[in-house]
Amino acid sequence: MTIRKDLPSIFDDFSEARRNGFMAAKNFKETDRPMIGTFCTFMPQEIPLAIGAATVSLCATSDETIEAAEKDLPRNLCPLIKSSYGFGKTDKCPFFYFSDLVVGETTCDGKRKMFEMMGEFKPVHVMQLPQGPDQQHAHLVWKDEIILLKETIEKQFNVTITEEQIKETISIKNRERKALKEFYELGKLNPPAISGMDILKVLYGSTFKFEKEDTINELTELTARVKEEYVAGKKLESKPRILVTGCPIGGVTDKLVKAIEDNGGVVVFYENCMGAKAIEDLVDESNEDVYDALAEKYLKIGCSCMSPNKARFEMLGRAIDEFQVDAVVEAVLQACHTYAIETATVKDFVNNKKNKPYISVETDYSTSDIGQLNTRMAAFIEML
Amino acid sequence: MYSIGIDSGSATTKGVLYDGEKIIDKVIVPTGANPRRAMEAIYDKLYRENAYTVTTGYGRALLKVADKQVTEITCHGKGAAFLDNQISAIIDIGGQDSKVILLDRDKNIKDFLMNDKCAAGTGRFLEVIMRLLQEDLCDFDDYVSGASGTKISSMCAVFAESEVVSLLAQDVSGPSVAMGIIESISQRTANFAKKLPIDGKVFFSGGLAQIESIRKTMEKELGLEMTTHEDAQFAGAIGAAVIGYQHMSRK
Ligand code: SF4
Ligand code: SF4
Repeated sequence: MTIRKDLPSIFDDFSEARRNGFMAAKNFKETDRPMIGTFCTFMPQEIPLAIGAATVSLCATSDETIEAAEKDLPRNLCPLIKSSYGFGKTDKCPFFYFSDLVVGETTCDGKRKMFEMMGEFKPVHVMQLPQGPDQQHAHLVWKDEIILLKETIEKQFNVTITEEQIKETISIKNRERKALKEFYELGKLNPPAISGMDILKVLYGSTFKFEKEDTINELTELTARVKEEYVAGKKLESKPRILVTGCPIGGVTDKLVKAIEDNGGVVVFYENCMGAKAIEDLVDESNEDVYDALAEKYLKIGCSCMSPNKARFEMLGRAIDEFQVDAVVEAVLQACHTYAIETATVKDFVNNKKNKPYISVETDYSTSDIGQLNTRMAAFIEML
Repeated sequence: MYSIGIDSGSATTKGVLYDGEKIIDKVIVPTGANPRRAMEAIYDKLYRENAYTVTTGYGRALLKVADKQVTEITCHGKGAAFLDNQISAIIDIGGQDSKVILLDRDKNIKDFLMNDKCAAGTGRFLEVIMRLLQEDLCDFDDYVSGASGTKISSMCAVFAESEVVSLLAQDVSGPSVAMGIIESISQRTANFAKKLPIDGKVFFSGGLAQIESIRKTMEKELGLEMTTHEDAQFAGAIGAAVIGYQHMSRK
């Protein structure tokens, strides 16, 4: 039934997904199903999925609307926040335009205050994310917030969401996570089977595909194809293996991955939000209380907004070993305090607990620092 | 056997010819508006048949005949260690950026930091202020001799400039302002360097390194011994030549 395409064109299909996402979103809306805009991996997608809605990430990755945003927001703010707000305000983002409801979380200070302002021109529901993810009370608060999100959606779209429906979406999301995980675990192959750029294309592109079952099938087929060709001898040259961590990247932040791979490295693992951060852990399907199961999974996300943030270091440590990582590169968006501060702890962990080199680079959504990024990455890789 | 190292910097382009033991020739020309031409001119001057050529610096990709490109971080580290093999770190304050490089026991790069976002930690800052004071950077040591620094509190070069104007209007002396700027650059650079576990003897390079009073202030702020070399500005080119020579002999 499917025409067998060669791998490069499959990868390009995924990277086209965002560009074609506009049409996909339009087609999706024409089937009379709602679309929910999200900003963060803490948002439990299982809830909107239960009413047949699609979720789409509104985290903008271009500097196009930053100027417009700076009319309302301070200059010295993370570009992700400014540009996302700007796209919403100027209605330049089709996904924002198509979103019937925007869901935000009280993650970092910048985002939480921005959501208040965004609420002026768009229906925004903000989930109150608690701190201290290991604490029992945090778990209870988050569970409550998930129920509140369900009720908000029920009210806005005039539907009832049953636990049976949520059970079903938990199972779909788990299957999607497994498919994504099996795909990015191709990064364990040494010598590598595919470039980090191709991994990124797929991870990023899959967030702009709205029919989950199709995405799961495509991913499974893709992984099998890569493995097949690897066994048949299609391998890349061995190079220093890099783990990328830090602020959410994707879109314009391709420039970092390009700088790494143009200068002699290969990215084998993404710990950021586009990558493993929210995919690794599944929701416990044996837990009869679906809200409890969801709260448990989502509070385990190792984001720097959390204090303490042990989960991030557990994942980093495991990935460094399992993916045979030679060095760690962290990308920090300008003016992102939580990630910038945490670089000191990450560096200490990587250098002293894992005995691997580490570098952090500050960047933004412009292309003006490509030369500097290249020099830094080249020097870093020369050092390995 | 010879190797050539060429370092294309933002202000000057430097080149050296190396025979595996010592530097036998060196050239420096202004980079000007055409970095490629500056590199070609140096290459022609140093040319030896079969010499292995390594380029480094901002314009490193521009010389077509080069055999290899290596970043300025790696070259700078290697070159400084060639000039003084007792060092364990390098601090370079350039016109555009500043960098800190740590070396391991074998003089390979262990870690580095680069600052290219903030002018207040670079030579450009001092240049701007000296222009304001209408003094020449060449006579800096004489100019500030005996002066104690006034505290400059602005964090940014642009604001510091207006702070200096108002200090001068309050009749604070020029040398005292200049010393204040030096202390501010040194403090900033030392804090930046201390983000890495810096220790041992530190090599100081970049345009400011040749000025005794600046090196002394840096030593005080950093709390470590700092040395430099009259050929410090050739460190990048020397490193490139040394790397080229090693590459050639391995083949
Ligand atoms: S980095 Fe943190 S706040 Fe940002 S999207 Fe990821 S989980 Fe959410
Ligand atoms: S990158 Fe940092 S500052 Fe920006 S939205 Fe994410 S956590 Fe907040």
